[in-house]
Amino acid sequence: MSLLEMKGIRKSYYGVEVLHGVDFTLRKGSVHALMGENGAGKSTLVKVIAGIHRCEAGEILIDGNPVTIESPSKARELGISMIHQELSPVLEMSVAENIFLGREPDRMGFLDYKQLYRQTEELLAKLKIPISPKTKMKSLRIADQQMVEIAKAISQNAKIVIMDEPTSAITDREVDSLFQMIADLKAHGTGIIYISHKLEEILRISDEISVLRDGANVNTWHANEVDNETIIRSMVGREIKEQFPKTKVPITDTILEVKNLSRAGQYEDISFSLRRGEILGFVGLVGSGRTELMHSLFGLSRPDSGQIFLDGKEISFKRPRDAISAGIAYVTEDRKGEGLVMPMSVRHNITLPTLNWLERKGILSRRREDQVVDERIKALEIKLNSPKQLVKSLSGGNQQKVVLAKWMIASPRIIIFDEPTRGIDVGAKAEIYRIMCDYVSQGNAIIMVSSEMPEAMGMSDRIVILSNHRQSGEMERSDFSQEGIVQCQFMYM
Amino acid sequence: MSDRQIHAQALPRDARMTRKQFISMFGSLIALVLLVVLMSALKSNFLSGTNIRNVLRIASINGLLAIGMTFVILTGGIDLSVGAIMGCAGMFSAYFAQNSLGYPWYLGVLVGLGMGLVIGLFNGINISYLKVPAFVGTLGAMSIAKGMTFLLTNAKPIPSLNATFKEIGGGEIGGWLPIPIVIMAAVLLLCFILLYKTRYGRYVFAVGGNLNAAHASGIDTRKITCSVYVISGILAALAGIITTARVTSGVTSTGDGYETNAIAMVVIGGTSLAGGRGRLWGTIVGILLLQCLTTGLDMLAVNAYYQLIIKGFVVIGAVMLDGLSSDR
Repeated sequence: MSLLEMKGIRKSYYGVEVLHGVDFTLRKGSVHALMGENGAGKSTLVKVIAGIHRCEAGEILIDGNPVTIESPSKARELGISMIHQELSPVLEMSVAENIFLGREPDRMGFLDYKQLYRQTEELLAKLKIPISPKTKMKSLRIADQQMVEIAKAISQNAKIVIMDEPTSAITDREVDSLFQMIADLKAHGTGIIYISHKLEEILRISDEISVLRDGANVNTWHANEVDNETIIRSMVGREIKEQFPKTKVPITDTILEVKNLSRAGQYEDISFSLRRGEILGFVGLVGSGRTELMHSLFGLSRPDSGQIFLDGKEISFKRPRDAISAGIAYVTEDRKGEGLVMPMSVRHNITLPTLNWLERKGILSRRREDQVVDERIKALEIKLNSPKQLVKSLSGGNQQKVVLAKWMIASPRIIIFDEPTRGIDVGAKAEIYRIMCDYVSQGNAIIMVSSEMPEAMGMSDRIVILSNHRQSGEMERSDFSQEGIVQCQFMYM
Repeated sequence: MSDRQIHAQALPRDARMTRKQFISMFGSLIALVLLVVLMSALKSNFLSGTNIRNVLRIASINGLLAIGMTFVILTGGIDLSVGAIMGCAGMFSAYFAQNSLGYPWYLGVLVGLGMGLVIGLFNGINISYLKVPAFVGTLGAMSIAKGMTFLLTNAKPIPSLNATFKEIGGGEIGGWLPIPIVIMAAVLLLCFILLYKTRYGRYVFAVGGNLNAAHASGIDTRKITCSVYVISGILAALAGIITTARVTSGVTSTGDGYETNAIAMVVIGGTSLAGGRGRLWGTIVGILLLQCLTTGLDMLAVNAYYQLIIKGFVVIGAVMLDGLSSDR
């Protein structure tokens, strides 16, 4: 008998059906991966299971008994817990308080902190997460917050655990411990629904793999009878020949040079140069100082010492505005936090850094703005109903293109990409890569921070490796090897 | 709860306006129309020229505060000092517009506006550069402004003002169009242009919508934050000058409690206290709705204490409507 069985699930939003009778089965003690491009209906389906959405038609059986899951609390009662793609911790509270939020241990009506911390410590130790229960959530890195979120879901002793992109913000080492946890859960009979865009991961840990496309089942396989290409083919409905459309671009003179740059506690003694036509990769574990270094190159923070030269001239950026006018743009890893103004329209987001060009006598020209925005939407093939649409209503891939559009208008000479394809589906990824290649072929340069090894190796001309805030290596494309890079990453750990 | 989440999900697939969005957008406007229809049915003189003029004249005072408050709330801030600035600016303008001193009429106006500018700048610097939370910063400024108001004349009223000065509040163009309405209309037009047709207005929305993203887009977010308090301060001062000129003497109680009305009007108009989401025309609906309600209830001779209770429910109801139907 199956742990969870869903038959003919239909779900519409205001008359538009997005799930067209989907079937899904989860066995006890197994991992069932759910794949598909963004908008395929994966998230909607798991939200139906988690009680966040209600389906209009279809049957849900748990242990063979028909159930209605009308709310998240009902889902919890039924033994379902979910790790959300977007983290939502209470930042001002401690790790322990977050994990036990809503089910704190108490003694005679009073919160029992001793118990709370002890239980959390046991839990974290069992899961091999090296974080103190008393640490405030806000002082943790995103990766650590993600691990806490995972610990929280596991601590609820759920029968069914839903993981929506659990590895999008964590490093390989943490992925290993996550997979260890999943193995333990499986051994205890828990069923896991696992959503991810990362094929290697899926093949590594899944027992079954299902692909959804446009709200319908496409295929379900046992993990050992399917390969990468088959999965990708059924996801997109067409074959993607080359995942990394890297083109040969002549690499010419040096445009940016960084010498002995340091900022206390963030990065130390970093030196590198960037040339026209080049994509320079930055690789390192989360917390190695990559993003912090990029922040300084864009004027979001100031280095304590060291020099930055642009076209041979020494520069220092006090604020992003200085970097922008020097021709540098920054595509952040944190779209929601510092990339986009979510309650604003796509149009207004795109023109935000370059509004001064649309002014005539102090008044914005609506016509010119529409024109500029339309051009960019066409050039980057952003899929939307109207430029007036709020940017938060777009999929991750299209949001990322909006960020790109916004910077492309400023025609920068250097773009810093921090995790250019995080949380983006396969099809959109290929398009972002194509845009990056086009961009450098026009004599510009890219600095790309990436946590995904295939991406870093597939796209970069050269890779600088950071380890524990220090520079531990630099490699030319011809010398790239995964082992070499990983070794460098751990050099100063 | 689940409805709200569904709504957010539905947008990419269907950008047509749903019923809920429609209510969120036009709910207050519909309420205003219904109120006017109801009142004119109950009281035939509600839609008379005299009464409309009267409603607009009173509304123009509150309106100036609410317009300034809209800028502040759009950045995610709040300005509790507008009532006190109104009183302070009114009192200082009256002081310099006394007949006995013999200064030209505009000196009082300039001093009053100057007070608004200075207190607004004080608020702005504290909040944007010195990181004082807006609630606390403007609460402090409220007390400071109030104290200065009392100190000026030891809380005694200032009677016998310059005749031209008094025209600002009581004068009528062509014998029928009150000057306060003209001032209000001019300010409104200016603010519409500022908010929707200039770079500055866009930055106000961006700062309120996502401070970090605005900063990373090269916007001087501190300057923007600071500036909205200056706008709010100057408009509050203008309201204070008009009120003082209208009552033809400087009194220390001018503006007491007006900050709550201003906030209520902005919020009824659909502007989110979280910042980044709102509309100026909504504020105008909010101003008119509250003013029509007050005047209407007065005309129906409803007990003033009941009026307070009714108004309280209207404010909460309007925001409830917005909250239930929006996706945040």
